[in-house]
Parts: sequence; structure tokens; C-alpha cells
Amino acid sequence: MFTGILTATVFLPAAAGAVIALAARSDQQVRWASIASSIVTFALSLIVFSGYYVDPDGVRFIDRFENWIPIPGLESQYLLGVDGLSAPFILLTGLLGMAAALASWRIRLRVREYYLWLLILTSAVMGVFASLDLLLFFIFFEFELIPMYMLISIWGTGRPRYSAMKFVLFTIFGGAFLLVAVLAVFISTGTFQMVALPSEAGSVIQGIPQRIAGADLIAPAALLFSFFLIAFAVKLPLWPLHNWLPDAHTDAPTAVSVMLAGVLLKMGGYGLLRINVGFFQETKGFTVHDAAGVLAVLAAVSTLYGAIVTIRQTDMKRLIAFSSVSHMGFVMLGISAIAGSGAAASGGLNGAAMQMFTHGTITGLAFLMVGLVYDRAHTRYIPHLGGLWRKIPAIGVFFLIAGFASLGLPGTSGFVSEIMVFLAAFEVWSFAAGFAAFGVVLAAGYVLWMVQRTFFGPGPAKGGMSATQYEALEDAHPFDMVPVLALSTAIFAVGIWPRLLTDVFRTGIEATIR
Amino acid sequence: MINETAIWLILALPVGAFAIIGLLRPVIGPQSKWTGWVTIAAIGASFALSVAALASVMTEGVQHFPQRDWISAGSFTLSFGLLLDPLTAIMLVVVSGVSLLVQFYSQAYMHGDRGYTRYYAYMSLFTASMLGLVCARNLVQLFVFWELVGISSYLLIGFWMDRPSAAAAAKKAFIMTRFADFGFLLGILYLYSQNPAWLDIPALYDAVAGGAIAATVATWISLGFFMGAAGKSAQFPLHSWLPDAMEGPTPVSALIHSATMVTAGVFLVARFFPLFEASNAMMTVALIGGFTAVFAASMGLVANDIKRVLAYSTVSQLGYMMLALGVGGYVPALFHLFTHAWFKAGLFLASGSVNHATGTFNMRYMGGLKRYMPWTYAGMVIGGLSLAGLFPLSGFWSKDEILAHTLEPGSVTGYAVLGLGLLAAFLTAFYMFRAIYMTFHGTYRGGAEAEAADLKNDGQPIPPGMGHTHLAESPWIMVAPVTILAVMAIGAGFFSNPPANLGINGKHGFGRFLTHNDAVFHSPEAAEHAGAKPHFNWPIALGSTGLALAGIALASAMYLRVSISPQTLGRLFPHAHRVLYRKYYFDELYEDLIVRKGFHRLFAGAFSWADGNWLDNVNVQISAWTGRIGRGLAIVQNGQAQTYVFAMILGAVTAIAAFLIWF
Repeated sequence: MFTGILTATVFLPAAAGAVIALAARSDQQVRWASIASSIVTFALSLIVFSGYYVDPDGVRFIDRFENWIPIPGLESQYLLGVDGLSAPFILLTGLLGMAAALASWRIRLRVREYYLWLLILTSAVMGVFASLDLLLFFIFFEFELIPMYMLISIWGTGRPRYSAMKFVLFTIFGGAFLLVAVLAVFISTGTFQMVALPSEAGSVIQGIPQRIAGADLIAPAALLFSFFLIAFAVKLPLWPLHNWLPDAHTDAPTAVSVMLAGVLLKMGGYGLLRINVGFFQETKGFTVHDAAGVLAVLAAVSTLYGAIVTIRQTDMKRLIAFSSVSHMGFVMLGISAIAGSGAAASGGLNGAAMQMFTHGTITGLAFLMVGLVYDRAHTRYIPHLGGLWRKIPAIGVFFLIAGFASLGLPGTSGFVSEIMVFLAAFEVWSFAAGFAAFGVVLAAGYVLWMVQRTFFGPGPAKGGMSATQYEALEDAHPFDMVPVLALSTAIFAVGIWPRLLTDVFRTGIEATIR
Repeated sequence: MINETAIWLILALPVGAFAIIGLLRPVIGPQSKWTGWVTIAAIGASFALSVAALASVMTEGVQHFPQRDWISAGSFTLSFGLLLDPLTAIMLVVVSGVSLLVQFYSQAYMHGDRGYTRYYAYMSLFTASMLGLVCARNLVQLFVFWELVGISSYLLIGFWMDRPSAAAAAKKAFIMTRFADFGFLLGILYLYSQNPAWLDIPALYDAVAGGAIAATVATWISLGFFMGAAGKSAQFPLHSWLPDAMEGPTPVSALIHSATMVTAGVFLVARFFPLFEASNAMMTVALIGGFTAVFAASMGLVANDIKRVLAYSTVSQLGYMMLALGVGGYVPALFHLFTHAWFKAGLFLASGSVNHATGTFNMRYMGGLKRYMPWTYAGMVIGGLSLAGLFPLSGFWSKDEILAHTLEPGSVTGYAVLGLGLLAAFLTAFYMFRAIYMTFHGTYRGGAEAEAADLKNDGQPIPPGMGHTHLAESPWIMVAPVTILAVMAIGAGFFSNPPANLGINGKHGFGRFLTHNDAVFHSPEAAEHAGAKPHFNWPIALGSTGLALAGIALASAMYLRVSISPQTLGRLFPHAHRVLYRKYYFDELYEDLIVRKGFHRLFAGAFSWADGNWLDNVNVQISAWTGRIGRGLAIVQNGQAQTYVFAMILGAVTAIAAFLIWF
């Protein structure tokens, strides 16, 4: 089976990046060709998503080579495909990849390499969401580290090499657990295939979830579950494994922060849904249901701890980064509802998936806006800013939109996922969900405080920019607004009509928990 | 029967106005004159449809519309739909009606403002959200609009966001109401965990009627909802945001922070009235309402800013409404909401008109204005008399129904809140007429210029937004809405809920209409208990009128004839005056002590410090020790043969020694 469109979606960015790096004659050519290829990638991801949306059922767009690694006994396949769980993330990666490429048009340092790494990064992340073979998934999952390390350490600000190294060490720490668990699952089940697929003869080829049910495992299921959990919790990130995130986000260039918050964190949540939830439904001795209580507590701690620490931040990027810790706690909270009734489990898991998508667009937009502010004001230190609205109102409007979406305002997608997660999780884990819900009050606090101190007021605070610098501020260039408008559209569309996504997610989720 | 599409249009029209203005803003510029007319046209059409909806409910009763799926994920679904019952119909007319008048008024008041376009976009958004709130059928849908009115309020309080005070007030309002909404949200979550189907409000009514909800469950849910309602309606102890909200433009204060949005809390309690009645939360509602009525009025006694006086008065009147609901007075509460919306909007618009002439809101720099602005004066006096509750103005009828209803349950709570209500009636009349005398009587004290000069003498900065004096009546487009609202202030009470048969509108028309709702009131007795046919209570009517007259008399003694000097009085009770003037130090308690020092500095500071110095330090130390151990172990592979030989000999000796010792 080979339809090709997913392979194209995954590899087009990297291939285009390589060709551009070799063939382009000027930085200007690199820039426009890379942006064009990211737009084509987005178009492909949109085709995949809408193709799935019109007929959401099973696994579609399968690209498959058996025995692509010719080692006897290694049952790994080159297997790409989308189901309801992954289709929206393919779209999200395409969307944010495009936004990141567009937002990088002001990069002047080593443009050729920059775009190469950025496009490779897009391919790696796309591969994670498109892979249905566990080994392939692992390879993409780890491969993303290389472009990310380069992008942060070369084009970053502040302490870029420290932050890049910290990011790599944390992820590799998780990756070690992941590798062990992946191999253990393979040895126990004899397959790397992550879902059941129809064979050409019309029967069903079982995947790991089916084969692992009730099977004897070479290690206790609880141990494997926690290994996967550690790997994905680092990525998500979940307290207490979150400390890499504020540093990496703060020091990364704008577009990389967009990718990092927008899609890289989602690899963790996606792994949790696909593997921790999907594989451990009926495992012997220990299932995901047994872990739900612990997950709920971790989620509540993450949410509140993240929000409380966020309140103390004075750097705009660091503030948004910490708020991600809080918001990704909601993902875990939604997953913990798996232990509940049918409606609670569905609502929680769909809410978790929604929260990942919406957080990707919202935080992506927030980082874009902070980037635009930083480009102009040359500082992100909140106490030094002020009065920006009067000079750069267009940036202000979208900054405010990102802020409102981040605090879960209805009409934006942030509200939809939060209410789903809260309703579902409260039914199962009332106290954890109740405490976590207080995170939305704290979110109002830090978001509005930041807005007030940066955009409102008569002008910049003492110690900030001079009056002449302030008066010389220029509002966003129309080209800056292209990615901003793209992400805002996604935020409002999902906020007003969530079924755009839930109708897709639910088919994947139902298949996962059944 | 009114068409479902027509109801959707009621809120879709202002949404459309918002969207058009918002999307075209980059093209049309910040001061496009037609944005006002687009808004007026949209809201005018909404008003016409609202009246049609009201007429339809009047003739045909409660109307049912289908539910639709908003989110469907497996067995988890959230739906939305319309609920058109008498409560909704009344609210639709009040909201769209006041909003329409305010938009007309704003044409002149906001003329020349740098954010004219933005103003009308926000106003459209607010009106749409408020209309959506009152016709929501699903609890989550209601919560959606509940939050949207909150954000519109935020945007409009902070409309002049380059003023630090406005930016701070907007943030304060949103965060305080968000905090309260946390209670509301927990109530929703708890309700959902009991039975997901109850999110649908008609289904919830059925469940309450069928006794499917235990009293303790109902109590917790009601208390959660009431927390949200108290935040929105600025009830003690969540009241302190509303006076600060006066930083917004005056028409905003008239529409949002007096007539409509702040009554959303009252609406919420009324919407879930059966649930509250089935719970043990009613006493809390009554006592908080009664206490707030007096508490807020007391702060209004000493305020010098005319809008703040009106703001305290709003808080106090909302307390009356809550008090009424708490003693089971569904009809009196909503009747007061109805009359209050008109006369209070009128008072605010009149105060805006005063500001238009004097450039300030500080009453110490006004005085003698009745000569220059007779229409505004008349509007203010009529509104003031209505607020004070004097016969035969609308406020008299609604306030007296509330006070009379406190005797209905025959409980201690009822008598307690009656006492509070009567005290508040006296205070209300006093502060309102104190404001009128300070503003319109006596001699003119110089307006904005005089205030600026005084501030300069004291070495204080001139606050932004201070206008200029041009003593004259405001333009007709401002006076006309004030006049219409004054007419409503006179007639609304008498015509809507007449105590005798009037022909056009029968005896107790308002009450009978509101209680003609089987889902909420299952029997004529239940309707009667909720005040469908209020009895006129002569002792209370005379008593409260007497207290109001006493309040006016005291105000005129102090501020008109100055036979009692306010300064002397202030000197006699300096502590009392200071406590009232500093608003019982609630701002200091909340903002400084609890939020800034307690939460931000101490609590969050400790977390933040521990995150960096403990948790992250573990990571740093692990990596440092890995390096150290690596460097330490590197010695064994330094490539020098003599080291290896030495280690070999040392090992051999140790092994032999160990062998000899142990064996």
C-alpha cells in the first residue's frame, strides 16, 4: 500500500531544505524558496487533514514498506498513516511549520543553514505524528533533537548553548527510557506496528494494542508504562521534569519557540495518548486505569505549580514558557479521566487532544507576538515596557487575542479544551480537577498583568527605552501579520465550532480506548 | 410563535456589527463615524426583535427550541440552544432597550475620541454577549456568554488604556470576577458530575421538580453559582471592583456597570431559582444581599466623585435584588432589576452630561448647574427620586415589593433583611440628594479648571482625561436618552406591575407574566410565594417613604441650607469618615495585603525561588557530578604505563593481604 501523500508531507520540507541549501544563489532565494516549501507542506497537511475530515474512519493514507530494514527478525516496517488522533497534529505541524518559516524572514545570520535546520525540524516532527511503526516513531522522536540543538545554540539569545544542551540532556534522558520500553514491547509482542491495519487479503493485521492485551511481557507492565511515561513527561513537560523548558524557550529564536511550544511539546502528549493510553488498555497486571490517580495528582501539581511560578516571571518569553507547564498539565488531567465512565473517559481524552492542538496555536501566536515586540523594543523585561498599544496597536490586538485565548476565554479554542477536560476530570478526580481549575484564575492574573504592564499605560516605564526610541516604534509589517492571521484564524475557528476537530479526534480516541 | 432564527438574530446582529467594525477597522480608521450608526442599526433591530419575542411569550407562553451539538466526542457531548421564557423575554427587552439608548447617547459623548471605532466594536460585542447570556439554554453555553460579558467589561473599563488607573481597574474587575467564576465553574462541574444531562436548563428544572437533586447537592451547587453571581453583581465581599470600574467611559458605566451586566448575577440566581429554593443557600443569598445594600450605601455617603456615588448605589441596589431573591421574592427582585435598569442608566447618563459640561466628575467642583442644564437636572432629580423610592415613581413600587416580601417567609432572616433594607432606603435617599445638591444647587465651583488648579497647588499630577468647562446643556442626542429614561423612571413601575387593574396592563401584570412559567413555578401557590400578586403593605410603604423623606431632609439640611455643616460632622467623627472614605480598607486588604504581599511576594515567591534553587539545582548538580565522576574515573585511563603498573601492584598487594587476613 502506498499513496505517497504522507511520505511527501513528511519528507518534502527536509528535501526542499537540502536542495535549497545547495542550489540557492542568495540568502534572499533561500528565504523565499524555504517559505514557499513550508507553504506547500502546509497545503499537503491540509489535504491530509481535510481528506480525513470528510470521512473520518480508521487509518488512512497508508504508506508502507515491509522489512525496510533488512535484518531478519526485526519486524520493523516503514509505515506511515493517519487516524483521528494524528490527523489534526499533521495539520498543526504544517500550520506551525509555515508560521515559523514566515516568521523567520528577518533572520540575517547564516540564513542557509538556519532554514535547512528549520525545515529538517518540520520533517522530524511531522514524522513523529505520521509514523505508525514504533521504531520509526522512535527514530523521528529522537532525530528532532539535532536540528533543535543547532537552532537554539546558534541562533538563540541569552545563554543559548547552556539551554540547548539542557534541552538535549533532558530529552535524551527520557529517550533512554523510551528506547528500552520500545524494545521491551517489541520483544514481548513481536511487532512494532502501533495500530491494527486491514491486510490486503481483507483480514486484520493486529498491532501492539491487540497483541499486548493479556500477553506475558518480558518486564512488568507497570515498569514499561512508567518508562514511556518518563519519556513523554519530559517532553510534555510534566512537573518535576519541566526545568529544561523555560530555558530552552527563552533562549530560542522566535520561530523556534513557536515550533517548540507549538508542536514539540505535543509529541509528548501524543505519545501519552497513543502509547501510554493506547497500549496499556488490557495489559496483564497493570493498565493505564491503575495509573490514573497518580496522573491526576501530577497534573494538578503541574498546573498549579506552573501557574504560580508563572506569576513571578518578568521576562515575557519566560512567562509564556512557564504558562505552558501549567497548560500542559491540563493534557495530563484530561488523560487521567480515563478511569471514569464512558462519557468522562471520552471527554477527558478528547479534551486532552484538543488542549494540545489549541495550546499549539495559542502559544505559537503568543511567541510570535512576543517576538514582534522584542524585535522592536529590544527588551522582553516586563517592568521596563509599557504603553506599547499607542505605538503598535496591531501587534497589541493580536497579543491581546493570544492572551485571552491563553486564559481560556470562550470563543477562542482555549476555552473548549479546558471545559472538556474539567467536566470530564471532575467527575472522576474531583479534588485534583477542582484544584487544577484554579489555574484559570491564576492565568487571568499573569496574562492580564503582562498585558497591562507592556501594552497599557502612557508610555515605557523608567529604565526602559527612551522617548525617542518609543516614538520611533513601528507597527507590524504586513508580512509579519501573515502567520499571525493564520494562527488567529485557527484559534477562533476551533473556539467557535470545535467540531472541526472533535469530529476527527473522537474517531481516533474511540479506537484507542476500545 | 416567534421563529427560532429571529431569536438567533437578536444576538447575531450585534455580533455582525462587531465583526464588520472589527474586520474593517484597518481600512476605516479609528474615528469612522458610521460605525456608530451600524451599531445603532444592529441593536435597534435586536430591540425590535426582542419586543416581538416578548409579545410572543406574552401571548403564547414559554417556547421550546431544539438543542444542537456543539461538541460531540464519543459519549461526551455539549449542546447549545435557545431558552425563551418570560425571564429571558424581559431581559432581552431591557438589555437591547437600554443599549440602544446608550448607543445614541454615545454618538455625542464619544465624539472626537481617538478610539471611536473601537468603542462601538466593544459595545456591539458586549450587547451581543449579554443578549446571548439571557437566552442560553445550556449551562456551559450560559457560562460562555458569562465570560464574554466579563471580557467586554474588561475591554470597556480599560477603554482609555493609556491611563494607568483605567488599565489597573480593568484588570482588577476581570480578575475579581474570574475568581468568583471559579466558584461558578466548580458548581457547573459538580452539577455535571451528578448528571451530565442537567447541563440542559429545562432538564435541570425537571430534575428539581421531580426531587431528583438532594438538598445538600443543591446547596453546594447553589453556593458555587452564587459565588459567581456575587462576583458579577459586586456583592460583598467581592464588591470592590465595581467602583473602580467607573474608569470606563460614562455610557459604559450606564449600560454595563449599572443597568445590564452587573445584573447578570441577579439573573443567574433567578435563572436557577428552583435549584436555589431546593437548597439551603437562600439564607446566604438574603443576608449577603441585605448586608451589601447597607454596606455599599454607607460608602456612598462620603464619596465625592459623582460616578462613584452612583456605583455604590448600584452595588447597594443589587444587594436589594439579591435580598429579595433570598427571601423567595422572584418577582420583586426582577421587578426591581427592571425599574432600576431604566432609572440608574438615566442617572449615569445624566452624570455624563454633567461631566460633558464641567469636565470633571468631582462634585466639589460643581454646584449651581441646574441653571445651565435644566433637562439634565430634571433627569437627575427624577432618577434620584425613583432611586430613593418615592411615590409614585417606579423605584417606589419595586422597592416596596421587596421590603414587603421580606415578611413573606416569616423567618428571622426575613426580619433581619427588612431592617437592613429600611436602613439602606434611608441612606440611599441621603446620598442621592447629597449628590444632587452638590452638583446642581448652590454656586458653581469652577469645574475641571478649578480642580486642576487645586491639584497643582497640592503638587499632585493632573489625571489624564480631565476635560474642559463649557457650561451649557448637552446636545439633544444626549438629552433625549436621558429624557426617555426619566419617563421610564416615572412610569415603568406603575405600568408594568400595577397594583390595580389599568386596562392596558392588568393588575400585577409583571408578576403574572413572569410566573406564567410551569417549569419554574409548578403551582399557583408557588407563583404566589414568589410574589406574583404582591400585597400592598401600608405600614412598610409609609415607613420606607418616611425614611426616604428623612434622608432627603437630612441631605438638604447639610448640603442645601447647610444648617448642619458636613465639615463639622466629619470632624466630630473623624475615624468613621476615614473608614468610609477609604472604603473600609478593602482595597488595601485585597490588593496590597493578600494579593501583592501574601500571594505574589510570599507564596509565589517561595515557589519560584524553590523552582530555581532547589528543583533546577538538582538537575545542575546531577550534571556537575556526572562531570566530576567522569573526570575522576578518567585517571584510570590516563595512558601512562607506570600508573597502570602501580595500580596492578597495589591491587595484587591488596588481594594478597585480604586473603591472608580473612583466611
